[in-house]
Amino acid sequence: MLADKDRIFTNLYGLHDWRLAGARARGAWDNTKAILDKGPDAIVEEMKKSGLRGRGGAGFPTGLKWSFMPKQVGDRPHYLVVNADESEPGTCKDRDILRHDPHLLVEGCLVAGFAMRAHAAYIYVRGEFYNEAQHLIEAVREAREAGLLGNNACGSGWKFEVYVHRGAGAYICGEETALIESLEGKKGMPRLKPPFPAGAGLYGCPSTVNNVESIAVAPTILRRGATWFAGFGRPNNTGTKLFCISGHVNKPCNVEEEMSIPLKELIECHAGGVRGGWDNLLAVIPGGSSTPLLPKSICDTVLMDFDALKEQQSGLGTAAVIVMDKSTDIIKAIARLAYFYKHESCGQCTPCREGTGWMWRVMERMVMGNARIEEIDTLYDVTKQVEGHTICALADGAAWPVQGLIRHFRPLMEERIRMRTEKLAAE
Amino acid sequence: MAMITADPQDVPKVESFSFTPESMAKVNALIANYPPGRQASAVIGVLDLAQRQQGWLPRVAMDEVARILEMAPIRVYEIATFYTMFQLKPKGRYLLQVCTTTPCWLRGSDHVMKACQEAADGVTFSVQEVECLGACVNAPVVQINDDFYEDLDAASTRRVLDAFRRGETPAPGPQVNRQTSAPEGGPLTLKGE
Repeated sequence: MLADKDRIFTNLYGLHDWRLAGARARGAWDNTKAILDKGPDAIVEEMKKSGLRGRGGAGFPTGLKWSFMPKQVGDRPHYLVVNADESEPGTCKDRDILRHDPHLLVEGCLVAGFAMRAHAAYIYVRGEFYNEAQHLIEAVREAREAGLLGNNACGSGWKFEVYVHRGAGAYICGEETALIESLEGKKGMPRLKPPFPAGAGLYGCPSTVNNVESIAVAPTILRRGATWFAGFGRPNNTGTKLFCISGHVNKPCNVEEEMSIPLKELIECHAGGVRGGWDNLLAVIPGGSSTPLLPKSICDTVLMDFDALKEQQSGLGTAAVIVMDKSTDIIKAIARLAYFYKHESCGQCTPCREGTGWMWRVMERMVMGNARIEEIDTLYDVTKQVEGHTICALADGAAWPVQGLIRHFRPLMEERIRMRTEKLAAE
Repeated sequence: MAMITADPQDVPKVESFSFTPESMAKVNALIANYPPGRQASAVIGVLDLAQRQQGWLPRVAMDEVARILEMAPIRVYEIATFYTMFQLKPKGRYLLQVCTTTPCWLRGSDHVMKACQEAADGVTFSVQEVECLGACVNAPVVQINDDFYEDLDAASTRRVLDAFRRGETPAPGPQVNRQTSAPEGGPLTLKGE
């Protein structure tokens, strides 16, 4: 188990003061000027060395992403945009950062913003997180008042402001270009890339969009050193990570653990084990609803990191582990996710707008067994046509859970169809 | 698509809308968060303020928001219909937003939904099925106005709703003996200072 001294989020559960005084006592804002004095390039290099990969789901190397920002500020200002539109089913880690340790995020904004030569950061918080946003707004106010932000942030001579922007309910706004559109006062419809945000993002200016957790860990990494962070997890999968364990476990919880921890250990050590014991496990969705499920046989040994889960045709995503025991109607569980994606599709691209609805309707029939066996192949085929044919990854996220179900539970789907057919024949 | 439409037949006619001085100060503070000329960025926030003042968003309120932000009214209507938190019809005093997405469903959101539906009278309580609220380790979750009520079952949902009915505001958060997102029975990590 990760030692408490190596945890970044030491107030994860909100047992202590989340305000500036409490955050300072836990080490936040400790001589931030010294970090900034290293200069933007040194900060980016250190982040690259730490091996931090983006915590929002895609796992793109954070330091590398920062390095895509222009090295000189031209006539357009640079922006840091923080994605706090946490809405991926299963995921609730950023919420704890916002409400219990907002200063880690605010300090991270300064450090990251400075490294990308930005003078402003916008934090896009999902609308439902009203109370969480109030904590964040208050943390920003405290930081400004203490001179940690403002015209001379932390005495560094760098002007930096942080603004909190609330959304109003739309999963799609977690997609970075949809988030930018929404921030500009439009419907959250993803933009075609290129141009990438680093070239033309918010208000057409160079911008970088990062997840809350990626930004909030940055000051600690820079203080304790890239080598310290890179010492956790396997190569290419380094660091500590917030895991959310929900579903059929005895004690659902959030916890910060070392990357590459075995899934079984994560569930048994922290979440009180699977309801009814490990052998009662049916399947796990390992990284938020978009990642394909894994049957128990894989869960027995799989490690929780980007590469190990990719090898199993799934992904780490947001590291939101959804556990399902043997009492679960797994077809229904995935059908409910199919409905989620249908509901959240922005409707811009035809394969997604039509495909998510189609997949959901067929999945609803699969729940009842009201289908022909060949339709499982048709369904799989449609998921493959939806995947990769849209502007953003929402459609991929809709296709993958269905693919995972068919990959691992096809016999169950067939059995349900046969049972219904036999029942009808007998009547 | 999260398309919400309101049938004009069952939407009461509201003749005019203007922000109170207190709300207007908040509107101006929101606009000041964005660069000059980018006041449209404040549209979600300003619509939210209008909804908080009126209880819901009649068309005249959207028109007023469009006027203040110098936007074409249609752009504001688009926003109000795209984002699920905007209410285009009047609702009860307490809006019960019941999450039924898979992590909540696995832990019994069907029972919670049933308890909420039984209470919904359109005056004290309105109920709305919503997608993932982002509190999955505390499932099932219901958002009641701005607060999350977590770790619910049918009995605790009824308890919470009864308290609201009596005019109380029950403590939000987990409805079992539990510290926020820590495991039930007490944290297993971060126990020391």
